[in-house]
Amino acid sequence: MKLGLAIEELHRAEVHLTRTLLAVSDRHAGDHEVFHVARDVARWSQRHVTELARVGADFGVDLDPEPPHDPGVLETIRQTTADLLRHRSEPGLLLLADLRHVHREAAGVSLDWELLAQAAQGARKRALFELARRCHPDTLRQMRWANAKLKESATQALVS
Amino acid sequence: MVRRDRIAEPWGTRTPYGPGETWPVRVDSYLADGLSAEDVDRWVPSATILHSNGDGLDIAVKDGRIVGVRGRAEDRVNHGRLGPKDLYGWQANNSPDRLTRPLIRRGGELVETDWDTAMGAVAGRCRELLDEQGPSAVGFYTSGQLFLEEYYTLGLIAHGGIGTNHVDGNTRLCTATAAAALKESFGSDGQPGSYTDVDHCDVIALFGHNMAETQSVLWTRVLDRLAGPNPPQVVCVDPRETPVARAATVHLAPRPGTNVVLMNALLHEVIGNGWVDREYVDAHTVGFAELEARVRDYPPEVAEQVCDVPAAQVREAARVLGTAERLLSTVLQGFYQSHQATAAAVQVNNLNLVRGMLGKPGCGILQMNGQPTAENTREAGADGDLAGFRNWSNDQQVADLARVWNLDPFSIPHYSPPTHAMQMFRHAEEGSLRFLYVTATNPAVSLPELGRIREILAQERLFLVVQDLFLTETAQLADVVLPAATWGEKTGTFTNVDRTVHLSEKAVDPPGEARADLDILIEFAHRLGLQDQDGAPLVTWSDAEGAFEGWKECSRGRPCDYSGLSYAKLRERNGIQWPVTEEAPEGTERLYEGGRFFAAPDHCESYGRDLVTGAPLEESEYRALNPEGRAVLKAAEYVPPHELPGQEFPFQLVTGRTIYQFHTRTKTGRAPQLQAAAPEVWVEMSPSDAADRGWGEGDLLEVCTPRGRVEARLRVCGIRPGVLFLPFHYGYWDDPDARERGRAANELTPTDWDPVSKQPIFKTAAAAVTRLAASDGTPSPAPTTTASRPVAADVPPTRGGDAALAEETTGGTR
Repeated sequence: MKLGLAIEELHRAEVHLTRTLLAVSDRHAGDHEVFHVARDVARWSQRHVTELARVGADFGVDLDPEPPHDPGVLETIRQTTADLLRHRSEPGLLLLADLRHVHREAAGVSLDWELLAQAAQGARKRALFELARRCHPDTLRQMRWANAKLKESATQALVS
Repeated sequence: MVRRDRIAEPWGTRTPYGPGETWPVRVDSYLADGLSAEDVDRWVPSATILHSNGDGLDIAVKDGRIVGVRGRAEDRVNHGRLGPKDLYGWQANNSPDRLTRPLIRRGGELVETDWDTAMGAVAGRCRELLDEQGPSAVGFYTSGQLFLEEYYTLGLIAHGGIGTNHVDGNTRLCTATAAAALKESFGSDGQPGSYTDVDHCDVIALFGHNMAETQSVLWTRVLDRLAGPNPPQVVCVDPRETPVARAATVHLAPRPGTNVVLMNALLHEVIGNGWVDREYVDAHTVGFAELEARVRDYPPEVAEQVCDVPAAQVREAARVLGTAERLLSTVLQGFYQSHQATAAAVQVNNLNLVRGMLGKPGCGILQMNGQPTAENTREAGADGDLAGFRNWSNDQQVADLARVWNLDPFSIPHYSPPTHAMQMFRHAEEGSLRFLYVTATNPAVSLPELGRIREILAQERLFLVVQDLFLTETAQLADVVLPAATWGEKTGTFTNVDRTVHLSEKAVDPPGEARADLDILIEFAHRLGLQDQDGAPLVTWSDAEGAFEGWKECSRGRPCDYSGLSYAKLRERNGIQWPVTEEAPEGTERLYEGGRFFAAPDHCESYGRDLVTGAPLEESEYRALNPEGRAVLKAAEYVPPHELPGQEFPFQLVTGRTIYQFHTRTKTGRAPQLQAAAPEVWVEMSPSDAADRGWGEGDLLEVCTPRGRVEARLRVCGIRPGVLFLPFHYGYWDDPDARERGRAANELTPTDWDPVSKQPIFKTAAAAVTRLAASDGTPSPAPTTTASRPVAADVPPTRGGDAALAEETTGGTR
């Protein structure tokens, strides 16, 4: 059985998505809704990471339940840069690229949850299946958010 | 007839009544010094304009000037009563510092000019930017204080003529969450309840709603029920000890920013104890299973931990709500301007829905407004919605709007939700919005994080037009200032919280060259040469009644249907509730009778949004969720507030209002009795917090957040420990030197908003406070009659004296 492998891969992808969301948040500190909502939904991925680490132990993989974020200094630099660029229009285009990136990352995580749910059903691992059932909707919401925000931000950034 | 100091007694004399009885008449009036009713030349029908209650009144005119007001006994809203702001606020119309000529910026200074020059500059710059950049350069920020006809015309000009998506009102700050919560639960905006539900209910629950100060006449109605036989029980959720809290059977004072947890805990108890109308839920709603599952995670013990409200109190409140036979729920800024605004307000809808208490006498929901004409901003499409509650993401509805306007649907922007105010300011900040036309609002004092807002408005590259009565803090930053007429000086209609439409007639001429907003907007449209698809002028009317007739057609068949109304009908009987149609010619008291909603996928105004991320649902998702157009029970999880208190900023700062002032005091600050009653900013703190620091009443404090500082004298009162309160009314127009020390509460507030309703959050800033000086015996300037009532006995009571004596006549008939 390769369930451990699937858990490990999903854990890696969720850690990466968390970092991506937090970095996007910092880079767009001047776009307050992006700044806050990206952080709010990053918490979902953080929670997934913790739960995956817990369940991983049952499948022989040793995963970090709370992997470190980027160092605070990086956060400060990103936010300060965002603040300095508040009166410029370039961050608008960067935001589109960043949201596109978030959407792709989240889509990858979503597929990983599908894989895990399929495997858990096949292997009759109820706890693991329940975990996927509980967490996967969060990922879909992250994707929808990135999609919706992109749609909403595109016009002004591209036509002005 | 008695004479009463209505500053000292804001709610006046009690006229008790029992359940199901008619609220007795009490006619309130106030005339300028020395005048009596016999001296008055004319009484001109209108309604109140300094809050959202919509009380019918007559304006007294003598020698071409407004000299007073008198409540209308026959009006369904107030049965003759008026609040303090209504009795005294009209005096601002006659202020000597009204704007009487247009102003234009020349060499850095605002100088007087003529209308032709001013309008030439406004339309000229707008046209220049449209040619150079297109509609994305142009934005409109309006108000909750113009008339329906003006909003509708503005929406037509902006959405239809110019084709910009950037139109919003300051209703974003006051009532956006009401609209959003109604859309989430019922598929469309539209107030379900009626004020008469107060007459019938046996429980009234006020969620973050200090009704006593925000809608004082409606509170008078509640007080009269409380003084009568079989009074209703009152449930109050508020971190302050408001007059509502003092009258409450159960008062819950949650930690700011945790409303969703508290509401979920109340629903946990209501559902857990089986206080659910299963028949109603099964027949008229979708989503109950999800709601039931969600609130299972929120037992009262969780609320105790997160909200710091004793679990026993939560259970007690839930019992009152769960066993009510006729439950009236009301919601305002304590929810709307707080963290997770829409998610929390939606849970109030859920409460009435699971209890099956909607669309029947005494069973209602009032998602309140903060301003007199906010309802019209919403329905006429001047607030980030399309006219007539049309769904921007439904092509058929957009095509229908295009038919009404005789335009190509493609020219009405509907590629994304209309831009909300905070986003418009963001576009101005990054330089892509370059023309901002502000009508009847004062963002330089009312928006959060004022340092940032001033910086944005003062940019050289932004062409700022301000249309107002006075040289407000915002007008001082403008490139062109247009002097406007106000209430009493122009004709138009407006609609209150419970959908009551009043016609407000012109009583006197505006001062100097000031003009009605409608006339200015129409001239703007003509100067821009806006046309329909056949090349005819886009705006086809030239007066208010013409605009109203246009609006009637636009609203036909929509939830806010005015097609059966007319000026003639309103002159016969002022104060009629929409929808008014051929089938309901006398109006409609309650929406959603028999569980029928405007929520069908083809008809609804909104497909809903994710309550955490704000992402709009797609049409296909909504069709799958709610094919039959039932009410939607939408569950929400708690997300912690974005700014939490810590070591450096240990308090939670809440801003709000007082009964005596309105907004940035452009009017109330110029009415002597009102200004004297609440003359200066203050800060509230609990007795235990003050005692811990050895501070007392009247000490001069400095309140700080990472964004700024404000100096204010301390009022020790019944606010929740750990929370500070500042009123937001005080800016700089009457005290320019105060800029140095900080006077406006919004120097401190964060730029953060609810992702669903886009309403800014004014209730959860982390703040620090230090004492600058002990009081020399000077008390805090806070009123003693209201939520700011002091704990100290020796503070002189708020009084209006002889200058505030108003008349009350009880015993009349309607």
